[in-house]
Amino acid sequence: MSTYSVSDTQAAVAPRASLDLAAIRSGSYATGVVASLVWAAFGVSCLYWPDLGDWSRTQSLGIGAFIIAAFVLFGTLAADFLGAAGLALRKRAPWLVAFGAFVTLWEVATAKFAWLPLPFFPPPQAILEVYTDDLPKLLDSVLASIKLQLGGYLIGASVGFLTGVSIGWSQKIGYWVHPVLRFIGPLPATAWLPIAFFTFPSSWSASTFLIALATGFPVTVLTWSGVASVSNAYYDVARTLGAKPSFLVLKVAIPAALPHVFVGLFMGLGSSFAVLVVAEMIGVKAGLGWYLQWAQGWAAYANMYAALIVMSLLCSGAITLLFRTRDRLLVWQKGVVKW
Amino acid sequence: MVALAEAITTPAVGAALDIEHVSHAFDIDGATLPVLHDVSLAIQPGEFVALLGPSGCGKSTLLRLVAGLEKPRAGALREDEVRITGPHPSRVVVFQDPTLFPWRSVWDNVALGLEAQGILKSQRARVDAVLDLVGLSSFRNAYPHQLSGGMAQRVALARALVNDPKILVLDEPLGKLDSLTRIAMQAELVSLWQREGFTTLLVTHDVEEALVLANRVIVLSDRPARIKADIAVQRPYPRHRGDPYLSDLRKQILALLGLEATW
Ligand SMILES: Nc1ncnc2c1ncn2[C@@H]1O[C@H](COP(=O)(O)OP(=O)(O)OP(=O)(O)O)[C@@H](O)[C@H]1O
Ligand SMILES: [Mg+2]
Repeated sequence: MSTYSVSDTQAAVAPRASLDLAAIRSGSYATGVVASLVWAAFGVSCLYWPDLGDWSRTQSLGIGAFIIAAFVLFGTLAADFLGAAGLALRKRAPWLVAFGAFVTLWEVATAKFAWLPLPFFPPPQAILEVYTDDLPKLLDSVLASIKLQLGGYLIGASVGFLTGVSIGWSQKIGYWVHPVLRFIGPLPATAWLPIAFFTFPSSWSASTFLIALATGFPVTVLTWSGVASVSNAYYDVARTLGAKPSFLVLKVAIPAALPHVFVGLFMGLGSSFAVLVVAEMIGVKAGLGWYLQWAQGWAAYANMYAALIVMSLLCSGAITLLFRTRDRLLVWQKGVVKW
Repeated sequence: MVALAEAITTPAVGAALDIEHVSHAFDIDGATLPVLHDVSLAIQPGEFVALLGPSGCGKSTLLRLVAGLEKPRAGALREDEVRITGPHPSRVVVFQDPTLFPWRSVWDNVALGLEAQGILKSQRARVDAVLDLVGLSSFRNAYPHQLSGGMAQRVALARALVNDPKILVLDEPLGKLDSLTRIAMQAELVSLWQREGFTTLLVTHDVEEALVLANRVIVLSDRPARIKADIAVQRPYPRHRGDPYLSDLRKQILALLGLEATW
């Protein structure tokens, strides 16, 4: 009880003061210090033993590790004065320990003693080298991928949403669209690849089409089921209050279906990533998929890992963005709203 | 409440409601379930009519016909001599379930009718006034899942009242309220009805509520519902629950509902 009152009265001065008392007792400082030590150990592992191969960034990596260790140590000890950043660091300290241990092991197992066969398992400094020395090409690939993915996804999501609302709302439209949807929808979009690449004027438009297709199917089906499952009671209420059909669609059916729509958008995102990578590998001469393919051709394994890491960050970033948007729009669904 | 009175520029006058030989049925699994049987009822403008009847006899169905949400299989319904063919905001329904729109805040739920009719911009003060009336001003930005059952029911009532209806159709609107709020809301309803003059059709399970509120109590039979009795309640407002005249009527009505033994 007393800790809470401390934090209440001194909220403006030291917002986390009361929590820190508990933190010391629970040993949160210790975790931070250990994290710092682990990163220092990583630095030592980089600099102490000689490399078995020819990598130019070993020294930079070692120095970088020491800088991280210093930051973690400083952040841990000064957490009380860093506000949110300090708390965030404290929360992630166990992960910092684990990750630091992982890269140390990785470093030792590859560059220093080659416990893992070498060309296939490049050391961390090789990947760092890709990011510094091959940056322009990697960035170009990232931009190309984003452009292609964004275009295809937006088209697919919009078309899917409109189709879903139409067939959910109108039985007549449903009569015509439903069989087509059943026939085409379940087909993996990648199956269209060979046909798409010679029927479309450019490989870029073909890939956009395929990504849109992969996105559109789940969005359509879930929007449709969302609209179709809206309780009649809502329509009754709106109609007795004077609502016209346009109001029923825009202000009743669509908002009520939105939770389903977001499930569809999420599923569409997943399947469109798969199409994107395959399309880039096979047809489009740009993008991360192509970069992977190119790296494989040169047996440049470090480049492949580097591209994979970037790809994973991009995909997970896209999904995070989608979830944030959903949380904003569907704030009425959660039980945590404050007003 | 003062604000509401100010916000209302032209007080609504109740409409007459004529229910003429209405019969209705539902098809369930190929079989026909008769629900209403030759119901005729003439309601004067500004009357307060309560419908009483056993559960499942067809009260809500009759209200849906009045609202224009369904067409009767036989007979006709008229509002001020005009045949009812569909829903119209002059006949507003408070349903048995509050059915608030979960994605809209309390304020936006109440504003729904005005927004649907495209007149919200000029009538925003009405929404605030009605929210005040049902005592939920401080919850204007809350979402329905943050309300209690009784509060939700009050929002549904406010959502109906804001439209200035000529006929207010109420399907057990006070059913979910605790007994104290219920008594307060009954008094509000009566004073609102007296001031605004709309015609009121109220379905209730509670004989006492019907007697405290209505000019006229209609007792319906078991399904298919027919009109069993049409009882005038000639007592000035505010009425008192202990009134011996009302107690007599209560016994009479309970007997009609087949519950003689319970009093
Ligand atoms: N849409 C429908 N389809 C089929 N049957 C229905 C439908 N609506 C109502 N019914 C049937 O009509 C009968 C009357 O229903 P209604 O809802 O009018 O009863 P009620 O008098 O309002 O009952 P309660 O007092 O319990 O609310 C019930 O037997 C119900 O099963
Ligand atoms: Mg009912």
